Amino acid sequence: MDKKLGPATRDAYGETLIELGTQDPNIVVLDADLSKSTKTAGFGEKFPDRFFNMGIQEADMVGVASGLALAGKIPFVSSFACFVACKAYDQLRMSVAFPELNVKIVASHGGISVGEDGASQQSIEDFALMTSLPGFVVLNPCDTFATKALVREAVRHKGPVYIRTGRPKAPLLHNEKTLFKIGKGMRLKEGKDVTLVATGLLVFEALLAEEKLRAEGIESSVVDLHTIKPLDRELLLEEARRTHAFVVCEEHQIWGGLGSAVARLLVQESPIAMEFIAIQDTYAESGKPEELFQKYGLSASHIVNAAKRVLAKKGRVTV
Amino acid sequence: MKKLSLEELPSKAKEIRRDIIRMLAEAGSGHPGGSLSAADILTALYFHVMNHDPERPKWPDRDRVILSKGHGAPVLYAVLAHVGYFDREMLGTLRKLGSPLQGHPDVRRLPGLEASTGSLGQGLSIGIGHALARRLDKRSYYTYVLMSDGETNEGQTWEAASAAAHHRVDHLIAILDYNKFQLDDAVHKICDMEPMVGKWQNFNWHVQEIDGHNFRQIVAAIREAQEVRGKPSMIVAHTIKGKGVSFMENNNHFHGVAPTQEEAERALQELA
Repeated sequence: MDKKLGPATRDAYGETLIELGTQDPNIVVLDADLSKSTKTAGFGEKFPDRFFNMGIQEADMVGVASGLALAGKIPFVSSFACFVACKAYDQLRMSVAFPELNVKIVASHGGISVGEDGASQQSIEDFALMTSLPGFVVLNPCDTFATKALVREAVRHKGPVYIRTGRPKAPLLHNEKTLFKIGKGMRLKEGKDVTLVATGLLVFEALLAEEKLRAEGIESSVVDLHTIKPLDRELLLEEARRTHAFVVCEEHQIWGGLGSAVARLLVQESPIAMEFIAIQDTYAESGKPEELFQKYGLSASHIVNAAKRVLAKKGRVTV
Repeated sequence: MKKLSLEELPSKAKEIRRDIIRMLAEAGSGHPGGSLSAADILTALYFHVMNHDPERPKWPDRDRVILSKGHGAPVLYAVLAHVGYFDREMLGTLRKLGSPLQGHPDVRRLPGLEASTGSLGQGLSIGIGHALARRLDKRSYYTYVLMSDGETNEGQTWEAASAAAHHRVDHLIAILDYNKFQLDDAVHKICDMEPMVGKWQNFNWHVQEIDGHNFRQIVAAIREAQEVRGKPSMIVAHTIKGKGVSFMENNNHFHGVAPTQEEAERALQELA
């Protein structure tokens, strides 16, 4: 398939924020001196009274958002994923998750596709951290259309939401008319042999893999699982019962990510053969995103190999 | 709600202290020292200064108190019960399964609470959020944040201190319950925060220093802080940990250990 690059998901977030800010005066935005990178700066120019650049202090930023939410505002909080998820974790726990507040965290520069800035800026732990907070919804849109729709959905959802956006331009996989719902995955391809469950930029890699597998006579389903939490049980179980073989693909550390969550569901409800595409308990490094995907095992060719491995296991797993 | 006069506050504070002792003895665990040190400040706020209505705990124009030192929950619960947010009988359920009176404040469970606290250093940031929302909504309420000296060890306190000044947040009044002790020992032995007043001044706050057990000084300082515009206000209140019970005063054993029944009886005799 052709790679038609669209805007980065962080750009889609910045645009949507202005649209939402125009509609709802209760929307306020906080950033920690990264507004040009997270793309909240546009909102700040348009609505200076409702934009708070807190400086490089993520913990305080999340606490201030908590107070704003307690007073009835809908705060959007942005920084890089590794900083807001890791540096402000206790504040997200204590001042947002525990009191069940209506705070939206939109964290850019998720995953290793950050690229050249290197491991310190690449968030590979955020799904694990954010899904472990009771009541948090965790989203990972794959393209500009998914991001716009899910940011709007996040406002409709009352309660804490974490959305990961990315640095690089993202391939266009959906369109303006695609309907997105929190907690509902999307089957982009339907095949009988294996299901490729992917999230974020790996949805495109999974579609490439599907093509290669098809050329070898293997039919795969491809699922865009933009919602990491809550899981789309219905769709995942339907796929599991049909193909009996899953490859779960994510731009995240293998411990505690989407793979673990899907595996837990399937072990309980419908055990099948599984393989996992994720970062293997290591930090990555500087490089181009494609080079990093290649080196750290996240590209389409890795998914193809994993699909073959899972097919070899299929049938040997007893239910 | 009928406010008390300045002259009526000391006897009300004594009632609050008695209930703190009773509820902690009944619970068998909790934090007496920092509850007793803050009793006069919270009594002055809720019974004399604040604009609030126990019948309407979510009234948008109410003044807010954020107990950043969440382990001081017993004093806040006692004050909220006495002022009418819930039945005093409920104080006996402190820390028991199913009680709205959790070991540390849980905003979801009890009317009158403004934040969930208990991880130190977070309340001032939450207070900034309330105060910024006030500014956006053009309301006139005040946000009070009651802090401990121990939690000024936390980096987030100083993030919040700089952010509040930078964003010119007024109607935000922090009161520091400066009882000079933290859990392990005296503050100056664990992580000395002196010069405390100078730190807040250097962060560009409006700062006052008072005796946190002198009602006239507490009320006058709050009135002055209410008039401050364009900057946040800090009242460093010198207090005595365990204030009001001779054997608890400046005795850090009672930071986080509840009185035995026998100790409680002795304390209640002193507070009679």
